[in-house]
Formats: sequence, C-alpha cells, structure tokens
Amino acid sequence: MKPTRRAMLEPYILLLPSILYLAIFFAWPMAQAFGLAFRDDAGRWTLQFFQRMVGDASFWPALSATALLVAVIIPLQFILALAMALLVMARLRGSGALVYIYALPIAVSDLAAGIVWFSVFTERGYLNTILQGLGLLERPFIFLQYGSTWALIAVILAEVWRATSIVFVILLAGLQGIPNEYFEAAEVFGAGWFQRLRRVTLPMLRPSIQVALILRTILAFQVFAVVVALTGDGVKVLASEAYQWYNQWRNLNVAAAYAALILLISLLSTGLYLRALRSRSEAAGA
Amino acid sequence: MKRAAVIVSVAASLALMPACAPQTRVVEIEKTVVVEKVVEVAKEVPVTVAPPDFGKVTILSTQANPVEEQEKMRGVVLKDFPGQAEFVGIEEPALLDRVIAEAGAGKGSVDVLIALHGTYPTLQAADALMDLSDLAAELSERGIPQAFMTLGKLNTERQYYIPVMQATYIMAANKAALQYLPAGADIDNLTWEQVRDWGKNIADATGDRKLGFPASDRGLLHRFLQGYLYPSFTGGMVTGFKSGDAEAMWAFATDLWQYVNPQATTYAFMQEQLLSEEVWVAFDHTARLVEAFKQKPDTFVAFPAPKGPRGLGFMPVIVGVAIPKTAPNPEGAKQMIRYLLQDEVQINILREIAFFPVVGVSYPGFVTVGIRMEGEAVSKQAASADALPALLPVGLGAKGGEFNKVYRDTFTRIVLKGEPAATVLAEEGANLQKLLDETGAPCWPPDPPSDGVCKLQ
Repeated sequence: MKPTRRAMLEPYILLLPSILYLAIFFAWPMAQAFGLAFRDDAGRWTLQFFQRMVGDASFWPALSATALLVAVIIPLQFILALAMALLVMARLRGSGALVYIYALPIAVSDLAAGIVWFSVFTERGYLNTILQGLGLLERPFIFLQYGSTWALIAVILAEVWRATSIVFVILLAGLQGIPNEYFEAAEVFGAGWFQRLRRVTLPMLRPSIQVALILRTILAFQVFAVVVALTGDGVKVLASEAYQWYNQWRNLNVAAAYAALILLISLLSTGLYLRALRSRSEAAGA
Repeated sequence: MKRAAVIVSVAASLALMPACAPQTRVVEIEKTVVVEKVVEVAKEVPVTVAPPDFGKVTILSTQANPVEEQEKMRGVVLKDFPGQAEFVGIEEPALLDRVIAEAGAGKGSVDVLIALHGTYPTLQAADALMDLSDLAAELSERGIPQAFMTLGKLNTERQYYIPVMQATYIMAANKAALQYLPAGADIDNLTWEQVRDWGKNIADATGDRKLGFPASDRGLLHRFLQGYLYPSFTGGMVTGFKSGDAEAMWAFATDLWQYVNPQATTYAFMQEQLLSEEVWVAFDHTARLVEAFKQKPDTFVAFPAPKGPRGLGFMPVIVGVAIPKTAPNPEGAKQMIRYLLQDEVQINILREIAFFPVVGVSYPGFVTVGIRMEGEAVSKQAASADALPALLPVGLGAKGGEFNKVYRDTFTRIVLKGEPAATVLAEEGANLQKLLDETGAPCWPPDPPSDGVCKLQ
C-alpha cells in the first residue's frame, strides 16, 4: 500500500520546485500586474487606467508603429531565414561555417545590438562616414530624426539582423527532420525545385514554422531595447511606453495597462497562428 | 547594577564637557533608561586661547546621501568644524516625519537640516522651523543671491532656511560658434531670440543645424520647458500654461527648433554631442555638461541661460540649511550654517559632492578649469538682475513624473508633430489641472502664491 502511494505522489513532489518557482516569479507578479491595471488605489475595479492609456497622445503612434514593425519584420525574417536554412541544407562547401555565422546574432543582447546599429546610423556614425568617404554625400545625412521613415528603416534593419537567426535555427532544425525519401519520391515524379519547396518542404515544415512565427511575433510585440537605443524618443512602441510610464512618469497603473495590452495582443496572435497553421491531422481532430 | 553603571558613565561624560554653568541634561539611552542628572561644573575656566567648541551638532541631510558622499561630508567638508559634527543621511519622508514629530513633542535631537527647497514648505506649515532672520541679516554680506534668500522665506516675512549650495542647468558652446553670434550680442546676456538667430547664422554659414537640446527619453528637456522657456516667456511655470503668452512661446519654440539638430530626440547628455561636435550650442544640467569642460576646457565656453520677455527664467536646484525649533544646540547649529557658507567649505562642497557655491567665491587653482567655468556661469545666471528662479515642483509628490509628461507631450505635439498650439494647450492644460487638483498642490515660485490649489489661467 505504502510504496504505491509514494509512487503516486512522486511526480508531484518532483514537479513542486518548478511549480513553486513559476508561481512565485511568474504567476504572482502577473496577478499583481493585472491588479495594478484594473484596480485603483482604493481597490475598486476600474477601467480608468485603460482609458488613460488609450486617451494618451502617444498611444496610437505607439500601437501603429508596433503593428507596422511586426507586419514588416516578421515576413522579412521568415523569408530570409528560410532562404538561409535552405542554403545551409544545400550542403555547399563551407555551409558548416555558415550555420555559425548565421546563428551568431543570437548571442548578442538586444540592447547591445541597438547600440551597435546606433553607431552605424548616427550623424557621425559609420554609414555617414563611409558615404562621405566615397563622395556620395557632402554632409552627414541624419537618419535618426523624429518621425523620419529612415529611423523606422534603421529599426527594421537592426531587428532583422538581430532576430532572424532564431527563426533560422528553428527552421533548420525542422528541415533536418524531414526524411530525404520525400524529396527523392518527389524528384522521381518529376517535381522541380520550386514544386518540391511548395509541395514537400513547406508542408513538412509546418510545425517548425508555427513555433518560429509564434515566438517571433510575441517577441516583436515586445520590441523595446533596439528601438530605444536607436531612436531615443523618436519612435514610440508599446513596450517603450510601458517602460516610460513605469520609469519616468511613475504611474504604475498605466504601465500595467500597457503590459496587459501587450499580453492580450500576444495571446490573440498566438491563437491566430495556431488556428491558421493547424496541420492536417490536428484539423481532422486526430 | 546595570543602571548604576550607566549613570556613572553618563555622569563621567557630562563632567568632561567644558560647560561653565549648572545645566540639566536629558540623556536617552536605548529608549528604556532615562537618566536625569544635574551636574555642577567648576566656574573657573582656564584662560587659554583654545578654539571655541560649539559642542555636538547633529545634521539630518537628504542630500549627499550615497555612502561615498556621506564619507566625503564627514571626512572633508565637516572636518574643520569647531565642534562635533554628526552627519546623518536620511530620505525626505523620514526627515519630515522625524522633524515634525519632534516639533510636536516639543523636544528634539536634531540641530541642522540640509534639504531641497521643496522639503521646507511642509516643515514650515507644521511650525517646525526656527526663525533665522537675524542670521540672514548677519550673513547678508556673503553675497547669496537675493532671489535665493527670498525663496528661503517661504512666502513669509521671516527667513526659514539659508541657501547653502546649488546645481542648475546652463548653456555651453563650442568656441567655433562664437563668430556666428548675432551682431551686438553679449554671450553672458543673451535673449532666446538671439540664440535662435545664432543657430540660424550657423546653419546659413555651415549648412548644419547645430543647436542642441536633450530631447531623448533619457534627456531633461522637460526641465528646459518648465524652468527656462515658460518662466522667461510667461513669468510662471504653471499658471500661464495655456495663456496667450504661452502660445507665442510655442510659436517661438517651433521657430527655434528649425536650427536644432534633428537627431536631438536621441540626445540625453549634451556633453557627448558637444564633444563629437554634432552640436555647437547646447543646453543641459551642469552635471551633464561637465565632461565637455573637463576634457576640452579650451574648446568650450559656459554661459548663463538666455532671457525672454519676462526675465531670465532658470531652474536652480537649491539646497537650503535650516534649524528645527527644537534643536538641542541652536548656537552650534547657527555656527554650522556660518561654517558651511565659508569660501573654503563651499569650494570643498563643490570638489567633493559637485554642488555649486551659493556665495560669490573666487575659485582657487586646484579647482579644474572646467568646473570653474561652469561655476562662473552658474553664479552669473543666479545673480542676473532679472533672474526668475523656477523651482522644481513642490507638493506634487509621486505625481512629479506625470507633471513632466504634460510638458514633454505638449512639446512633442506642438513642435515635433506640428499640431495646433491652442488645441494642444487646452487638452494638456486640462491634464495639468487634473494633476494639481488630485494632489492639492498650491502654486510654487515663480508662479504667484495661490489660495488653495494652483489654478491655470
């Protein structure tokens, strides 16, 4: 009797530390953040902080800039990462080294990446110096000015450089998991390279694509350090607004409202991806 | 047994004190044993020229609180005080609680307070501060700017604190820019219009926009708006927020911004852009400019902020020194104030904790050129005939951040985005009034004093 009982409890005991960890460091703070977002000082439930957030002059610019960045960065990264992964899979000479080169930016912190790209794009930065050295520019061009498309392009470039590698790694792992027989069979039936990509590679890669897209989209809605390091107060995004409300304007409630909004958007987009990229067996209810 | 030992040791230590009259002392030990003891001390005092001893002076300070600064206060700044100076660092809320409680009890342990201007109105309202008018009269020849002394009266006839040190925001320029100063302009006596024309001259001659303001999220642009532009153009920081003068001011700011480097929204510490020469003329806090003067003292000049139609609005960060009504050693406390205002001590404060003197000092050779240049600009700015010191918000408490946001948002919307000033001022003015109503903050200088909550015109 006794050993069976112990055996029954064992998995839960083993799980306990991680559950405690999650509860103390994730669940509890998250509940507190929601409390801050939805309850006033007297503890009454309220939507006033959301009204304050939406009514704020920076809200719509931040929301639209974030949406724009997600809409541009994610497809770009996906196409680039797929091309990079396919290139590595083509097993050309030196493709082993390519993996390391492509994966390198994963190791760079996003703030460091932002600062590096700032030194490229700033008035006295590398880009202006090179362009002036080549005689293409007479005086420095100011990329990072307020409201300029160039500032957004700089953010997109920096983000694509920084975060494509994670998509690449996930897709490469997925590609390596596809048995070669499928490709051989397709070739036997006369499928060309493009047809094999469309009919074999992409469908087989669907689970990896799903993971990569969910991960990247959630992270893209949280984009922060790169934007702040590159543009200062020039481009506002949701996460930078949350930070500013917390850190500079010292209204913890509105900051929490921003955080809750980011969470909501992330959940919605995850749900969307899960639905849109259901594999056939899942769709059939298997 | 224990109690007897305590009494003996207290009696011994009291007997050692060089007092010359019978005195009553209350000594509190660990809050449980209170010993009252009358000590008779011989009345003959040896007639030697020993330095006077002003006894133990306990200082509570909200400034110089980081550990290394506290050590510098104890080890250098207060070292030569004729008495036993005890420096205690404390946060503002704790200081308020303690001093008000002591005033309520009618019995205190603190002799001297060192705090920002904004701390004192609360203490004065609780009737916890000693009237220092006689000391102020005595110190009048020390050359403390009249505008600062007036602030120390806290809207009364009496002097409640004496300004002891300051920090502020000033201007800095690359010497290469000086040739483009508008005709007849005196760099120590500029108007904001002349600064705009200066920027225009530079842009016309070099093709670059070389004025600079710290307009990034980490920059202190809101202080420029609150303490410099608004007072200079409207005479106040808050009451004239959406006035006709304010609309004219924003029109000017938009005009000025044509000559400001467009990358200014990434600037946080103007010393960086001055050193890289992205910018030739810049505004910032003294601590955020000082590296430029330290590294290249021959390249840069420091000068006071320009003035507007209503005067030279500027934002001093004023640290005042006061004595609680219940100070156990008021004579020692007054001596401490005299001591802190001596030239050498003021220079020591500058060297050790980087606050500028409030008295007119001549800088000795060991003060680096850069700091001296800044210090001279700070003094000139404060001593200007039409100086309009604009204080950090008083009474807003935790809403100070949102107060700053109103000014930053107004700037972003009018100057950067080009929204119509009248609409923006009406909307942001409503936000501002709401903050004032929520906190119940009365007006603070340079706005005229208000009955109750500060109201926008």
